Amino acid sequence: MKILVCISHVPDTTSKINFTENDTKFDTNGVQFVINPYDEFSLTRAMWFKEKQGANVTVVNVGNASTEPTLRKALAIGADDAIRVNMDATDGLSVAKQLAEVVKNGGYDLVLAGRESIDYNGGMVPGMLAALVDFNFVNGCVGMEIDGTSVTATREIDGGNETLSTALPLVIGGQKGIVEEKDLRIPNMRGIMMARKKPLNVVEPVATESATSIESFEKPAPKGAVKLVDADNVDELISLLHNEAKVI
Amino acid sequence: MSVLVFADSAEGKFKKSAFEVVSYGKKVAEQLGSNLVALTINANNNEELYTYGAEKVIAVSNDSLATFNAKVYASVIKQVAEAQGSSVVILDSSIDTLYAAPILAVGLDAGYASNVVALPSATSPFTVKRKAFSNKGFSNTVISTEKKVIGVAKNSYGVFESPVDGSTETFEATIADSGVTSIKVERVTGKVTIADADIVVSAGRGLKGPENWGMVEELADVLGAATACSKPVSDLGWRPHGEHVGQTGKPVASNLYIAIGISGAIQHLAGINASKVKVVINTDPEAPFFKAADYGIVGDAFEVVPKLIEKLKAFKQA
Ligand SMILES: Cc1cc2nc3c(=O)[nH]c(=O)nc-3n(C[C@H](O)[C@H](O)[C@H](O)COP(=O)(O)OP(=O)(O)OC[C@H]3O[C@@H](n4cnc5c(N)ncnc54)[C@H](O)[C@@H]3O)c2cc1C
Repeated sequence: MKILVCISHVPDTTSKINFTENDTKFDTNGVQFVINPYDEFSLTRAMWFKEKQGANVTVVNVGNASTEPTLRKALAIGADDAIRVNMDATDGLSVAKQLAEVVKNGGYDLVLAGRESIDYNGGMVPGMLAALVDFNFVNGCVGMEIDGTSVTATREIDGGNETLSTALPLVIGGQKGIVEEKDLRIPNMRGIMMARKKPLNVVEPVATESATSIESFEKPAPKGAVKLVDADNVDELISLLHNEAKVI
Repeated sequence: MSVLVFADSAEGKFKKSAFEVVSYGKKVAEQLGSNLVALTINANNNEELYTYGAEKVIAVSNDSLATFNAKVYASVIKQVAEAQGSSVVILDSSIDTLYAAPILAVGLDAGYASNVVALPSATSPFTVKRKAFSNKGFSNTVISTEKKVIGVAKNSYGVFESPVDGSTETFEATIADSGVTSIKVERVTGKVTIADADIVVSAGRGLKGPENWGMVEELADVLGAATACSKPVSDLGWRPHGEHVGQTGKPVASNLYIAIGISGAIQHLAGINASKVKVVINTDPEAPFFKAADYGIVGDAFEVVPKLIEKLKAFKQA
């Protein structure tokens, strides 16, 4: 089985968010970049297939050279090789089109991505990719088993789970549950040493047009200070929620 | 040209988000000087949408659409969009629509903006404001394609009445080959889900153990709220995973979020920032949650919550 794992390179969850150049650019100053947390769950599941059922695992990112440490980290976790499509990732559809090209050229059976990336939170790329290459697709995936080419996958729904039967070739939008958090892997010394020798292939993008572009960023309006209510006076809280906030 | 809104329903009944997207679609149609069409699938009371401005409802009824399937639903929406000559398609942001919308966007060759929180600030170029960086920012996004798909974030716009004399037409959709088949649905029934709830009562490690959740559930009951929790609580197995909210859990966009014994770590706040009014109950006045909250009580949950339940019961009866 040939598995492709899509890796988004995103600011660490605790990053302070600032913008520069008249609020048109994200300020990367002092920001630590990591593998998108949702992708990390999917990558770990790919490692499980590799070890238990046999698979070759390639990781891919659409991005400029600054994303290579993130791909190296994925290699250190155990992926066999990496591909970087040399393009600034600015729009979901154009990223999905680049990935579709990689999928078509690589003959992958299974593509694992994360449900969404935590920077632009678009949640677009996995579904668009599945549609572009005409693979089956399961989003919000919290569990999957593969037997030959048949797949049983579970996705989260409002208030519960749905179990689905489908088949390879398949694209997954994964999240916590596809593996548990305690099973996520931290690269060890040996993995890091080996990652240096693994291939990281840079490919040039195919011609695509963006469907969307970001004109500017904004920060939420500053919040007023919290109104504190005395612990002995919950009546006041109820009255504030009823009369002032009008939520009960 | 028209604006098409997909008004989602469950068991024949419109979701609240359906009224929100129709209200939103009405305004977008006005901005574009175009008319509004609402698409419904297996819904019972199509006339309800006239109240929110849908002059034309396209009703699809088909047993093979009884359970949601992303590819099939995307294909049905596409067929209606094409039949109606719709240049803009508007959806809500439920787990299901987030699954179908990207497939629809590719099918229509349309640019897609998800998590949209306001009406377009301009229609030429077509510009919408979206949530980004897990609610720590917004991006003003231009959709440059001729056709556009918009996902409206829950509770971000609101529900507004603008009654019209509407009419409903039926539509026979061709059902696509799905490739993915539902074999089992497991849902906690009889409980308000986090996605639907207007009020969410959430508790963290400050509650010390699963045996203390009785009061959290009772508070939620009194308020008609859904229950939720912080990540360590679900990791410890005190509560089901489906209740974990935050960066790596579920997002919450309720009108009221009550956080009991939750510190307010940045990853937790990332999931609840979109909630309108936040109340925190915590023993530690330095807990970061107080900086994010609108109302707060510095106090012991084990004393405050039972009092709150008692007083709320009296308030509800009055
Ligand atoms: C990559 C990553 C992703 C993460 N994603 C999430 C996520 O999605 N969601 C999430 O929640 N967390 C997430 N976390 C974890 C997060 O950083 C915090 O550890 C977590 O939110 C803390 O949960 P807590 O507030 O319940 O527990 P604690 O940090 O233990 O805080 C408990 C709080 O309860 C208060 N307290 C104690 N006793 C009482 C009492 N009797 N009455 C009232 N208050 C009391 C304390 O003062 C304290 O503020 C993530 C972390 C990482 C690194």
